[in-house]
Amino acid sequence: MAALMERSSNGFAEAEEPGERPQLMRGARILCEALVEEGVDTIFGYPGGAVLHIYDELHRMRGQLHHVLCRHEQGAVHMAEGYAKATGKVGVALVTSGPGATNAVTGIANAFMDSTPLVVISGQVPRKLIGTDAFQEADTVGITRPCTKYNYLVKDVRDLAEVIREAFFIARSGRPGPVLVDIPKDVTGETAPFVYPESVSLPGYRPSLRGNLQQVKRAVDRIKEATRPVLYVGGGVIHSNGSKELLELAEKLTLPVTPTLMGLGCFPSGHRLSLGMLGMHGTYWANMAISESDLIIAIGVRFDDRVTGALDKFAPGAEIVHVDVDPTSLSKNVRAHLPVVGDARSVMQQMLALLPDDDRVTGARLSDWWEQIEEWKRFAPLAYEKSDQVIMPQYLVEELHRLTQGDAIIATDVGQHQMWFAQYYRFNGPRQSLTSGGLGTMGFGFPAALGAQVAFPERQVIAFVGDGGFQMTAQELATAVQYKSNVKIVVMNNNYLGMVRQWQEFFYDGAYSHVNMQWLPDFVKLAEAYGAVGLRATRPDQLRGVLQRGLTTPGVVVMDILVSEEESVFPMVPAGAGLKEMVLG
Amino acid sequence: MRHTLSILVENRFGELSRIVGLFSARGYNVESLTVAETLDPKIARVTLVTTGSDQTIEQITGQLNKQVRVLEAVDMTGFKHIEREMALINVTAGMGPARQEVLSLAGIFRAKVVDVSRDGIIIEATGDWAKVSALIELLKPLGIRDIVRTGAVAIARLSEQTEGETADGEINEEELAV
Repeated sequence: MAALMERSSNGFAEAEEPGERPQLMRGARILCEALVEEGVDTIFGYPGGAVLHIYDELHRMRGQLHHVLCRHEQGAVHMAEGYAKATGKVGVALVTSGPGATNAVTGIANAFMDSTPLVVISGQVPRKLIGTDAFQEADTVGITRPCTKYNYLVKDVRDLAEVIREAFFIARSGRPGPVLVDIPKDVTGETAPFVYPESVSLPGYRPSLRGNLQQVKRAVDRIKEATRPVLYVGGGVIHSNGSKELLELAEKLTLPVTPTLMGLGCFPSGHRLSLGMLGMHGTYWANMAISESDLIIAIGVRFDDRVTGALDKFAPGAEIVHVDVDPTSLSKNVRAHLPVVGDARSVMQQMLALLPDDDRVTGARLSDWWEQIEEWKRFAPLAYEKSDQVIMPQYLVEELHRLTQGDAIIATDVGQHQMWFAQYYRFNGPRQSLTSGGLGTMGFGFPAALGAQVAFPERQVIAFVGDGGFQMTAQELATAVQYKSNVKIVVMNNNYLGMVRQWQEFFYDGAYSHVNMQWLPDFVKLAEAYGAVGLRATRPDQLRGVLQRGLTTPGVVVMDILVSEEESVFPMVPAGAGLKEMVLG
Repeated sequence: MRHTLSILVENRFGELSRIVGLFSARGYNVESLTVAETLDPKIARVTLVTTGSDQTIEQITGQLNKQVRVLEAVDMTGFKHIEREMALINVTAGMGPARQEVLSLAGIFRAKVVDVSRDGIIIEATGDWAKVSALIELLKPLGIRDIVRTGAVAIARLSEQTEGETADGEINEEELAV
């Protein structure tokens, strides 16, 4: 109704048609117009004093910019990240000054670690109050400097359009990441003409896409000679939309492929060439293959400590080809013998161009290698003890996989549930797995799933979270219900902070210090309190029915799945050990 | 090992903090830091001296080069370059032999006397880090009240082959040892 009323009489602005643009605009309007220019249609945000002008314009432009009102700024940024990861577009979050910005920091840091393109707009106190300890003032650019790819404090309304243009360019180019734009309230209130720049001028910022051809040639020659090669691939393949090229490269050369946690889905998990994830909780055969290889072709990865284990024991006999768009990732942790600066997709295209169609090198040459890998696989397959008394968490993931056929978009937090998911859910494609990899943020999964569901209302989107993590951002149930989301939440409820419990069991003589959730809410009633549907499974024979009902019931559904409480994730490379020193369980 | 980094950065607020943050975030101390505009006032030159392993410095130089507003970051330590810093040294030197000793040291180091009072002298000394440090060491027994050092600035040599420095008389290491 509000949309039909006149502003003059009651303060409600009429929603404007696209294309209606005043000559001089106030900063708030310039911001919104710039967002539209960037192709933004969805913003996740939370209002407050310093962003009042912006919210006023958002109200006016609600036909063009869909704003999702979150319940906490951390949720807003995680939603924007889920949206960005699922779509490949830049996610946008809008928060107010002071606590709005500080609440957003966890989300921003998460996006920074996982190279997710975000533009976060924060309100700031008026310019003349900056530095006076004004109400809701925080040094937002100072606080976010180490966890953004770049950030801005806009001090002149005439700079605003250009800043937004640059912010989006920086966020999505090169190694993507979050960019924060802090805008004082009075800047959003002042007027200026709106001119959206055609291009950006950043003389110090020129990320290279294509790799040095000589280096790529050398890499291809090495691949053709290697007898124990492994493709180690990660988030960079997904960011660069390089899955097709990766599949072609792997198939052409019959190369074993092992993805990182961030790379899950960049190569079909069920493919015969896939070894599953490597690293601390990776498969035995992926870790053995890496350790025994003579050539690691690392594409879009950063040799994270959870992947490599002890560095001095990492792949001692391997030469390393390392392709990454970020030159500082090369040789940061493990020395690259053949570094290639370039984005994963472009470099793989260059590699493929150097491999003529009839150049089917491998098959026979790698048969011994593949035989060895199969032997490792037979020696220590992924396994767990089945039970008809309690629901095993691995069984829960297998059931979810069966019911969704590996096609769902699934978001997780961090911890045991995340690792079981990485092990047992076989993602068919990229941009299906949304997980907090680098920062390891509890509470990420549910809002990220919600953000992805906003982007794809018709797809099956599931938040797979633990009982601990869900409580960190459960208030977003209100957001989910308000916007009639279809998001499903599966709570793997073991009544413990499971991964910490596991470490206390293994490394602290089983002294469980503050990891037992001695009081959990009734998640079914919690769902109902928010107007969502709540279901519960406590026994294995109930599981399939509950999941089936939950996944097919329209609207927001919380499935509280009580699983075996003290199950641990295996295999496991203990901290400080080499990849070959796995504890198999 | 001591490294002198030379960084060209867009002359905007916040950029210096971004640069210094890369060091503090890794727990490295910045030994000295100078910043001033270049021929183009939109661009500033930062000269930064720090200590760290070659690998760490390589990583930080990479991170610096990755910064959106950094045009160039070079570890000068790997190149032939000229490095200078200035120190203002307030030395206790009353009338008599002490003052003569200070003046004679200043003369050897081609330092200037810029202020004098009944019981003290302020000396302006210029040179590379080692030379300035050597002078300070020699003055210490005479009583230094206060010193202010600018930290190093560095510029690349005109040619990699150029040996020795020109005219205005640098003291070489042997002379310093006296």
